[in-house]
Amino acid sequence: MLETDFITINVGPQHPSTHGGLHAETVLDGEHIVDLKVHLGYVHRSVEKIAESRTYTQFIPYNSRLDYLATHLPTMGYCQAVEKLLGISLPERAEYIRVIMAELSRIASHMLFIGSLAIDIGATTGLIYCFRDRERIMDMFEMTSGQRLISSYMRIGGFNEDLPEEFYPAVKSFLDDLPYMLDEYNNLLTGNEILQARLKNTGILSAEDAIAYGVSGPNLRASGVAYDIRKAEPYGIYDRFAFDIPVGQKGDNMDRFVVRIREIEESARIIRQALKDMPEGEIKAKVPRVIKPEKGKEVYHRIESSKGELGFYIVSDGGEKPYRLHVRAPSFINLGVLPLISRGGKLQDLIANIATLDPVLGEADR
Amino acid sequence: MKGAETFFVDLARAIVNGLENMGMSALGAEIILLIIKFACIAGIVTVNIIILIWLERKISGFIQLRLGPNRLGPWGVFQTIADAIKLLTKEDIIPSQTDKIIFRTAPIVFIIISLMLYVVLPFGDGMAIVDLNLGVLYFISVGSLGTIALLMAGWGSNNKWSLLGAMRSVAQMISYEIPLVFSLLAVVMIAGSLNMSDIVNAQDKIWFVFLQPVAFITYFIAATAELNRGPFDMPEAEQELTAGAYTEYSGMRWALFFLAEYTNLFAVSALTAIMFFGGFKGPFLPSWLWLPIKAYIIMLVFFWLKWTLPRIRMDHLMAFSWKVLIPVTLANLVVTGCVLHFLK
Amino acid sequence: MGDLLKEIRKNFPSVTIEEDEFLTLRINDGGSLLPLLKLLKTGYGFNYLANLTAVDYKDKFTVVYHIYKIPENEKVCIKVDINRDKPELDSAVSLWPAADFQEREVYDLMGIVFRGHPNLERILLPADFVGHPLRKDYKPA
Repeated sequence: MLETDFITINVGPQHPSTHGGLHAETVLDGEHIVDLKVHLGYVHRSVEKIAESRTYTQFIPYNSRLDYLATHLPTMGYCQAVEKLLGISLPERAEYIRVIMAELSRIASHMLFIGSLAIDIGATTGLIYCFRDRERIMDMFEMTSGQRLISSYMRIGGFNEDLPEEFYPAVKSFLDDLPYMLDEYNNLLTGNEILQARLKNTGILSAEDAIAYGVSGPNLRASGVAYDIRKAEPYGIYDRFAFDIPVGQKGDNMDRFVVRIREIEESARIIRQALKDMPEGEIKAKVPRVIKPEKGKEVYHRIESSKGELGFYIVSDGGEKPYRLHVRAPSFINLGVLPLISRGGKLQDLIANIATLDPVLGEADR
Repeated sequence: MKGAETFFVDLARAIVNGLENMGMSALGAEIILLIIKFACIAGIVTVNIIILIWLERKISGFIQLRLGPNRLGPWGVFQTIADAIKLLTKEDIIPSQTDKIIFRTAPIVFIIISLMLYVVLPFGDGMAIVDLNLGVLYFISVGSLGTIALLMAGWGSNNKWSLLGAMRSVAQMISYEIPLVFSLLAVVMIAGSLNMSDIVNAQDKIWFVFLQPVAFITYFIAATAELNRGPFDMPEAEQELTAGAYTEYSGMRWALFFLAEYTNLFAVSALTAIMFFGGFKGPFLPSWLWLPIKAYIIMLVFFWLKWTLPRIRMDHLMAFSWKVLIPVTLANLVVTGCVLHFLK
Repeated sequence: MGDLLKEIRKNFPSVTIEEDEFLTLRINDGGSLLPLLKLLKTGYGFNYLANLTAVDYKDKFTVVYHIYKIPENEKVCIKVDINRDKPELDSAVSLWPAADFQEREVYDLMGIVFRGHPNLERILLPADFVGHPLRKDYKPA
């Protein structure tokens, strides 16, 4: 018998498929993963410490830089948390604009997920198709705020600028074309034999494990737990929209992939309803110029981000800066499950697992 | 038309005659002619690859809704030349912990092996450089040597990614060589010869792709795997193994690998044309134009596959070879043998 | 929820209870944390540890747990005050593996030691980093 040995190999932080600065220290037996350790912090920017030296308004742009792939979702979470702290309620129109922007962000983020998964498993063309379509959302973001990727469009208490005129035809034509885009993805990727062989029955995450590890968002739903904060505890005006929660059965990579494709459809449904019901009127609530929440007041506000439960825990000491701000980053906690689902799989499965967990390292490392 | 058809053959005869008239022995003239032929092959391959790389980038651009190279020259045709100049002038980096000799020789071995493939290909009627009687056997055995170069690169680089890539390459070669040979064997059984020109001539009436459709499909899959092209580009697999066996290579050494891959690609496409699509046989055009045309069409299919499909998983790849391809090719051989026996 | 409150009042008399958006349980001594968490997890099916963080109140640290029962969506918030001089607490990893990364983060940034954590190392900052930046008395070098 030949003597064999395990090799330890560092997948990342400089690796094409680690979505930023993820570092998975992998012990391999040939191509089999024996053990895996996740190392984080390569893009740590001490956002929580920075928050303590910025006023509530000044901190808004930092949120976009957390999850830069779904720019409006973290901003919305933060603004709503501060509004909750202040006890402000928004004008109707502002709430609707928020929902539209948030769901567009979710679609953009999920499109990027599909594209990056495609390229991670070797289907380069899938990436380009998704980027082409995501570009249209980026254009809409540019119309509203002048910024494409990290457009701090939302304000505490609503918006400063209303949606521009050209936004409505753009979003309408995007929604009309969306089914064809999804058809294209499904033809190119979902129906592909090789993709199915790569994703089915790999990286299985059972519902029990998903809950125990605090996995949230589409990853949790892919494991079969129908838990969506937009439904379970509607924030903003999400209780007014009719939409379904796509749920997977097995929690394998394929489920995580399909759940996200179906979530794009649900998001589009929400946007359509929001566009139809959106009233005219004010877009900003009365917010004091200097935001000083009550002393000793604290709030934990959570939203359903494209990555999972994004929570903001803010403690106020009565000053104009947060005394303590903590971000419950879904990417960070979802990554905790990576060793569990990768152990016993192949090296190639690890790449697919990272891709389907869909971490954004800017958010995980903060 | 007659002149065009035999242009190169006449040229070669004229050179030999001229040399002999100058007082050279017949053997000496033949040797010089052979050297000229090899030089031509090297030249043709280089020019061909420049076109090929440009073509692949253009086609991948078309598939991916991009423009592809479009700055240098009309439709960016000079892009590859610019790239080649860039690669040639890059610093030659050899990591300090590598096995220097193996590291340096690996790309050279790879390119030499892939050039050797061209020796037996009949580019036109009577236009093989060496008209070997064992042409098919030669092609397959030399072709599989390429894996040694990859193994050398992977081992010599002293890098775990490279080693993984090399391991994959060897495993893949061992698994896919067998169905490849078995599929070609079915063709050889019908043609009754291992000489490529004879095989082409045997397809006078009907292409072997129609007589051996199963063998063609298995051959094509196995050939894609042998070429390390997508969806079977395991040894490189940039999304998994960064660049696999090529991770530590840069500049011209990396370019040699790149060139060798395209050299192989054209050689295997030409072999496909010879074995299944009547090689240099075709109407109207001279025979030495038909082979490149057919090879390019086959190559387009290779491009198309690579830019559409995701990469298959390593264990699925192996399982597919041993559990599907080999039984199918074996059964195909048995059926072919029985049919041939009863037709006799 | 009613049973839970009764049982907490009976077994953990030192716990103060506030009912707001979350059912907030405030604990003064770290020792009763683990039994309380165990009761929530095993007795009342609070299966999802969503958030675990800590606040530095200059005179004390407060470790905050946000725990849900999903998909029923019942929510509990636990706040444990611990001594600033000896910041130690029992780890919740044995109950919820979700606590693994989050306790490491709290240890990393706030310097609270979780007893019984399988691998209490810095997670966001480099291993040779000195100090815990989210403490209010942290002075950047």
